[in-house]
Amino acid sequence: MTTTSTDLLQALIEGALPDSNGFFGPFGGRFVPETLVPALERFEAGAREALADPMFHTELRQHQEGWVGRPTPLAFAPRLSAAWNAQVWLKREDLAHTGAHKINNALGQALIARRIGAERVVAETGAGQHGVATAAACARVGLPCIVYMGSKDVERQAPNVVRMRRMGAEVRPVTTGDATLRAAVDEAIRHWVGYPEGTHYILGSAVGPHPFPWIVREFQKVIGVESRRQMLEKAHRLPDVAVACVGGGSNAVGFYHGFLADASVELHGAEAGGVGAHVGQHAATMSGGTPGVLHGSRSMLLQDEHGQVSDTQSVSAGLDYPAIGPEHALLAHVGRVAYHAVRDDEAITALDELSRLEGILPAVEPSHALALAKHLVRDRPGATVLVNVCGRGDKDMPILTRLADEHAQSEGSA
Amino acid sequence: MRAHERISDAIAKGRDTHGIALVAYVTAGFPTMDAFPGILADACAHADVVEVGIPFSNPIADGGTLQATSRVALEHGATMPAIMDELRGMHGSLDAPLLLMGYLNPLLAYGLDRLATDAESAGVNGVIVPDLPPESLEVARPIIDARLATIGMVSPVTHEDRLQSIVERASGFVYAVASVGVTGQHRNDQADITAYLQRVREASPIPVCAGFGIREKAHVDALRGACDGVIVGSALMEAVGEGRSVGDLLRLLR
Ligand SMILES: Cc1ncc(COP(=O)(O)O)c(C=O)c1O
Repeated sequence: MTTTSTDLLQALIEGALPDSNGFFGPFGGRFVPETLVPALERFEAGAREALADPMFHTELRQHQEGWVGRPTPLAFAPRLSAAWNAQVWLKREDLAHTGAHKINNALGQALIARRIGAERVVAETGAGQHGVATAAACARVGLPCIVYMGSKDVERQAPNVVRMRRMGAEVRPVTTGDATLRAAVDEAIRHWVGYPEGTHYILGSAVGPHPFPWIVREFQKVIGVESRRQMLEKAHRLPDVAVACVGGGSNAVGFYHGFLADASVELHGAEAGGVGAHVGQHAATMSGGTPGVLHGSRSMLLQDEHGQVSDTQSVSAGLDYPAIGPEHALLAHVGRVAYHAVRDDEAITALDELSRLEGILPAVEPSHALALAKHLVRDRPGATVLVNVCGRGDKDMPILTRLADEHAQSEGSA
Repeated sequence: MRAHERISDAIAKGRDTHGIALVAYVTAGFPTMDAFPGILADACAHADVVEVGIPFSNPIADGGTLQATSRVALEHGATMPAIMDELRGMHGSLDAPLLLMGYLNPLLAYGLDRLATDAESAGVNGVIVPDLPPESLEVARPIIDARLATIGMVSPVTHEDRLQSIVERASGFVYAVASVGVTGQHRNDQADITAYLQRVREASPIPVCAGFGIREKAHVDALRGACDGVIVGSALMEAVGEGRSVGDLLRLLR
């Protein structure tokens, strides 16, 4: 018996995926050392119990309203709309506490960690946004927190390192591997392998072994649910096109879930196209990847013919990851979402455009989504497009300063 | 004899002869592709079973030593096809049966059907895949059907019902992770390891070998009688890295 794409999409919409083994069709699963399995089982049981408990939802809602600042606004972008000849709407996740969507998941998991009796939290971070969100959530619920961060990212996202430490987290720079997000995940997993009993690992994207892709999506779904409701309230219609950026895919999967059942809404994902299409020049997993197993799940993966994971490159630390969440692999497989590579320079141009026309300085990650959205509406005058602005650009000052300096230098020498 | 029985028999024989069987792990391609065959032959001359480590770019269950040997091996081109070629060339000349030990992804990239077909000519009797828990063992169907050993891994944190299902599906031997943590660290903070090994042995119809953090003769001696064999990896690779002989260290551990 073969399961058709339509069946799989229907199962996803109805909430039947992941299945009990953590699979989204052919993707997902739990490919981890045995030492971690009991911890994952304990977490899964705790999460199921929490999500079925109205008290948990009341508590979560209180934190979301009074601390995160939810619901985040959805607003029309008048000058960008004029420039693009489209109706452009922005979901303002950049206004969430700590500056990105990452807080939705960090808060939810920290509350569960406390419920299941964890004594300590460990996390990885790329852009530092998940690290900051986890540091904040741990401060809020009263749990010690250790954050692993690639040494390359410690440098390019320096302000976030200070923020994490100020909120009481211990930041451990990772110099092994590629010294970016992938290496930070490796180290966080190794830490957890050493302390699987008292520690909870708050994984920051919709990747990793079951139940992470599921639980992260459940906590990020709030973006899509709010967006759909707000579009109907404010625009009195659904978007023609909805766009998000995709690193591991947590903001995107949560955003898409608001619209999966709306066949009229085209869904698109922007991946990090880096500086070119060659191996090592980008982190566009869907465009350049093949199925494989990394960090506990089977999904699309940038790898060589021998199954060794490829190096990646991107201006955005948050998208600089060689894999993607298994649910995205399924969404691409069934044709519900189209994924595109967006280059660094295109993202930076889009960052400038939003900053100058709307007074919103986005993070470099959602700048990829903005560049893609502009491209998608080019041939569709008047189309209604919704972009998830999943984070703000304050953290990107080191890289933006460097780019400005380089620009000034090339102007000077010209 | 089936391939997996070659492994369990070798462990039983090592235990009966020496009181405890010795399993050696060597990273294929470390310190170079050229030096590897000599190191492998030396390991086979002094151990009952030898694990040939397949390097991977993201070894999440490994400590610093094996992360480093993997990285170096990959730089030297230790791909699955290159390793299998090397093993085919040595087939018949080695004194101990071989297992492949490696993370799932490079094995998937090689193809598990292809591995099942090629195993015999390369003298490979089974696999140890640290990121393949029993729930997902179906992925390794071609390996199981070829009667190759699928070594089951258990950990001190594995509870009773999982332990049962792991040992039931395992063949060759059961790999009892002796220390909660990554490879290479000897942790003295472990609660009674012999009670844990006793529990695994009672559940398992096949031999039980303990590994992770076994570095010295004292560690080996402490486990005599508690399990059928011990697995030594990081300590051997550190010796190789320092230019010392694997055979000497294995003799010392005996
Ligand atoms: C602002 C922002 N957007 C997007 C991402 C990418 O993560 P994901 O794909 O899980 O949303 C990050 C990750 O750090 C981020 O900080």
